[in-house]
Amino acid sequence: MTFVDVDCVSLRYGEDADGTLALHKATLQVGNGEFVAVVGPSGCGKSTLMKVVTGLWPPTVGAVIVSGREVTGPLSIAGMAFQNPTLLPWRTTLANVMLPLEIVQPHCSRLRREWAAYLAKARDLLALVGLKGFEDHFPWQLSGGMQQRASLCRALIHDPSLLMLDEPFASLDMFTREELWLALQDLWLARKPTVILVTHDLREAVFLSDRVLVMSARPGRIIAERVVNLPRPRDLDSTYESYSVALVHELREHISAARSTAA
Amino acid sequence: MVTTDILDETPPRRRKPYLLRRKSLRHILPWVVIIGIFVVWEVVVRVFDIEQFVLPAPSAIFASGWQWREPILINAWQTLLTTVIGFLFAVIVGLLAGIAIGSSTLVYDSFYPALIGFNSIPKVAVVPILVIWFGVGTIPAIITAFLIAFFPILVNVAVGIATVEPELQDVLRALGASRWQVIRKVGLPRAMPYFFASLKVAIAAAFVGTIVAETVAANKGIGNLMLVASSRFEVPLAFAALLVTSVMGIGMYLICAAVERRMTGWAMRGADTVPAGQG
Repeated sequence: MTFVDVDCVSLRYGEDADGTLALHKATLQVGNGEFVAVVGPSGCGKSTLMKVVTGLWPPTVGAVIVSGREVTGPLSIAGMAFQNPTLLPWRTTLANVMLPLEIVQPHCSRLRREWAAYLAKARDLLALVGLKGFEDHFPWQLSGGMQQRASLCRALIHDPSLLMLDEPFASLDMFTREELWLALQDLWLARKPTVILVTHDLREAVFLSDRVLVMSARPGRIIAERVVNLPRPRDLDSTYESYSVALVHELREHISAARSTAA
Repeated sequence: MVTTDILDETPPRRRKPYLLRRKSLRHILPWVVIIGIFVVWEVVVRVFDIEQFVLPAPSAIFASGWQWREPILINAWQTLLTTVIGFLFAVIVGLLAGIAIGSSTLVYDSFYPALIGFNSIPKVAVVPILVIWFGVGTIPAIITAFLIAFFPILVNVAVGIATVEPELQDVLRALGASRWQVIRKVGLPRAMPYFFASLKVAIAAAFVGTIVAETVAANKGIGNLMLVASSRFEVPLAFAALLVTSVMGIGMYLICAAVERRMTGWAMRGADTVPAGQG
């Protein structure tokens, strides 16, 4: 069943015709509960695609349909995590994670009555990503990796059926990144939301996703698609096995081709 | 063995007393400076034998202040009350107007030039007009204090809200937050450090406003007392009144600073807070 349907979407920045064309007739479908990774050369409009799907920006041409309805404004069924952790510095980790509950219905009106339950949920989520004991720390007291984990928790606290991850691990070192891949896989297996992960790390795309989409250089559109046939849960060693290595290699060639046609 | 002993023990031993010494120094130094100024002043007046009606010595100022303590206190109380009322109005209006101007580019573009123009008017020039409207007394002084104090508050709150990082706004907008929710959850907390910093400027400005208005048109207050004192060549009394004003100013400043520290500690992670859980 298709959950996200991006149908021939173009997006041009600026009002006039000479504005930057970031997306050109991008088309993709993501099934319910599917984990899809989008890879592409830098500046190809991956982040723009995220903003269009979540309704932060309206497409110039075309339509985005999520869960059977056309997207006209920001989606409250979506959780988002960005490249920067973007935690609010005046809130503790716990209060940051609970932020979506103060805005998204039906949690917003239940929050006061079922405070203890929500609090326990937030604490459990933090414990799941290894942040037990840091609930009352402020963001600046956490390392970059810890902040990014908290940001993931915030994206998940309101049980979104669509999780949009915009290069969430890009600014982390490789060891922290791999650790968080495992954490994300656990979170996904436990809840099975639909995930769209934008990344420029091909190993990450192959390790985490069910399907990898390759975008062309700007203006971006989907030029290739590969299904990842690996059993779950996957372990980090799988990224070094011949199947994954070959897949990464193949994706790499698609991207080099996309870059050379642009240049 | 010897070298490891040194490595193990020397740094904490040397560092801690140093930091402690610095910390207590930071508390003592302001008093040293204030007392130093008075001592130098006293010495200069005595050595050069300066006439009292030109520059009275601190000793003469304190003596005069003690002699006239009752009228000084009564008038100081009047000035303090006037200032605080004007200041409170400035806080309310500055905060509300700052939110309105900071959260909408349209309101910002339309009102900002007019506000700049208004702020360029020397407020002392407005006092006679206020007297025509409200008569001589406390009300023109309150309004003058308000007029001077509200602008820095407004500008700071507006800037704090207008410069919220788009990424932080996106976090909330992606959740479907309304415009007002974005302002309340991100804009306002983000503007609070600016707001509290502006209070320290605004309270000093409010004192200036009150005393200017009292000097021009009032029959009570420190400004009026100084006017009367200087017209009678009671220069030490005028200086004593100035001194009392400074003390009130420092007091109000300290209150504002304490409130600031309490409300926006997250924005002031200074040298004495050690980050935990790094790594």
